[in-house]
Amino acid sequence: MKKTLLSLISTIGIPRIIIAGFLTFLLITAFVLGVDVNRLLSDSLVRIGRNGLFVLALLPTLKAGVGLNFGLSLGAICGLIGLVLGLELGITGINHILLALVIGVLLAVIIGYIYGVLLNQTKGQEMMVGNYIGFATVSLMCTFWLLAPFRNPTLVWAIGGRGLRTTLVLPGETSQIIDNFLSFSFFGLNIPTGTFVLFFLSCLLLYFFFKTRSGLSMVAVGSNPVFARASGIKENTIRIQSVVLSTVLAAFGMIIFAQSFGFVQLYMAPLMLPFPAIACILIGGASLRKATLLHVIIGTALFQTLLTITLPVVTQVVAISGEAGDITEVLRVIISNGLILYALTRKGGD
Amino acid sequence: MKRIIEITKDNPIPVLFLIICLFGLWIAELPLPIFINDLIARLSRNTFLVLSLIIPIVVGLGLNFALVTGAMAGQIGAITVIELGIKGLQGFLVACLIAVPLAIIFGYLLGKLFNIAKGREMITGFITGFFANGVYQFIFLFLIGTALIPFKDKTILLPQGWGIRSVVDLFNIQYAIDSILIFRIPVGRYLLSVPLSTFIIIFILCLAINYFLKTKLGQEFKAIGQEPHVSLVYGINVDKNRILATIISIALAAIGQLIFLQNLGTVNTYASHEQVALFSIAALLVGGATVKKATVSNALLGVLLFHSIFIISPQAGQKLFGQPQVGEYFRVFVAYGVIAFSLATHTFQERVAKK
Repeated sequence: MKKTLLSLISTIGIPRIIIAGFLTFLLITAFVLGVDVNRLLSDSLVRIGRNGLFVLALLPTLKAGVGLNFGLSLGAICGLIGLVLGLELGITGINHILLALVIGVLLAVIIGYIYGVLLNQTKGQEMMVGNYIGFATVSLMCTFWLLAPFRNPTLVWAIGGRGLRTTLVLPGETSQIIDNFLSFSFFGLNIPTGTFVLFFLSCLLLYFFFKTRSGLSMVAVGSNPVFARASGIKENTIRIQSVVLSTVLAAFGMIIFAQSFGFVQLYMAPLMLPFPAIACILIGGASLRKATLLHVIIGTALFQTLLTITLPVVTQVVAISGEAGDITEVLRVIISNGLILYALTRKGGD
Repeated sequence: MKRIIEITKDNPIPVLFLIICLFGLWIAELPLPIFINDLIARLSRNTFLVLSLIIPIVVGLGLNFALVTGAMAGQIGAITVIELGIKGLQGFLVACLIAVPLAIIFGYLLGKLFNIAKGREMITGFITGFFANGVYQFIFLFLIGTALIPFKDKTILLPQGWGIRSVVDLFNIQYAIDSILIFRIPVGRYLLSVPLSTFIIIFILCLAINYFLKTKLGQEFKAIGQEPHVSLVYGINVDKNRILATIISIALAAIGQLIFLQNLGTVNTYASHEQVALFSIAALLVGGATVKKATVSNALLGVLLFHSIFIISPQAGQKLFGQPQVGEYFRVFVAYGVIAFSLATHTFQERVAKK
């Protein structure tokens, strides 16, 4: 009995037990204090749907042994370009999403390919190089948002008539179109069905992809490069494929994120985007050597719920002034970076 | 002419940035005395911090992205001195006395971490910087002013009674070092001020680093950086020396941040330290340093070029595109871009060398 319990604990993992315990504690506190628990859970569900694809985007590169994709923002920028072009042309509703998808994915394939080639040249330091390529691209794109010839008066600054605004509002027809698709209430919980269906569909597609020939070779390259080379798998090509797949998923993720959020945030907004996603997959139990779909789903659910419900509950207990920042933000920074550090310093990355 | 080509071949990055600088200066049409005055101030503020990066590179740890932990120690010192109400040079020295021991502890822990994460030192340091920043925010926002860390000075606390304000006036220690020996040179309508005392301290540090690298310990550091495995065979304690190098770097960064703050006269409690690693590392790389090799002259040249670009670019952006923000984003891009480029070329060369 004791043995099975111990093995159960080690399968689930102590970090997840602690966080799940903390979440339960927060929810009970919220209930006792009379905070609207349904509302908290509904908000959590929205956030999980919103961020799931970014976390999923990390899976291919981890599987192929390229490591954590710190350059996730590259893909996100491709998605942003698609969204902004739709806004500029005045296309709304589902067509807007589809146009953004086509443009975003096309760009992501090109950018992902170049990024993948670069990462192949810098084997061993992919994470650091990817991180700074991401940072450099985000800051370079800032000049693009400022100087590109966008003319739509609802998008550019009112004064001077040039340069996109930092935050663009999505029109009502586009905003939450996927979230609201088939959405329903369940015991007072609002379920953003469309986004969830898309997320799980993407997970399922990736699951089947890893059963195909190229998916299996990706896993082989990641888990045993020597064996992969011996069986004639082209390691570098496979690695590039994983990076392209990751970048495309990130572009897709950005579009889903924006439609759910209702705003398109430009300039330095995508800079730190990879970090919460990385924290999610690590909280789910992934390591540099091993990552599965289950890690993606569990991690996203735990971390996003934690972020959503901490602040409302904590503010009920202690009054915190908003002048210099809130405690959730600080907690997010400590937990997410603490987890990344933990993953980096484990022996051999296991 | 032949000599120019040779120099360009040996130092492509500094030459490239020299050209960008000259082009920017020509475009921006800044009055030269204003530019030089600003540059002198920036040199006195930032050079010490950039110099603190050299030792870890020599020992083979790469670029120390965790420099921010040193800067935090410096800020803890500065803010404590305000609370204690000690003024002037005395205040600055007390701040150092608080900051350096803290920095030594941080450096020791960081060095331990680097030894666990061998081969991934840079990304580990980078993430440690973020992590430490979170802890720092937690302490400064939620613990200071409570029973745990009682602070009395109401002017630096948030109105609620706990947590430090986001901007703290450092009038106590402003110009504590700069004003020891300062020259004011009138140039036409402008007044150039040269804080000679600060530059003397920077000069002493330059000499100290060069001297240190010639000592036995310095030679060991170099050996570890070049041939870690051979050093181990020769009986050099690699792990211990790596920790020592990290401690030196972080302690110097703490003093560097205090020099930076005494010149500015205010501290953004939650922001002043965040960009320290980014801008210092970018400056060093612009000066021609690499992940494996850095000298005092790289640091000096780098600060000069990088901060020239920093001063010029908003004005140049205004003149070229009618928008100063273009220049502001451009200089951020320069900082990130030069780091990305250096990391990529370094790894690429390592791979080629291995084959």
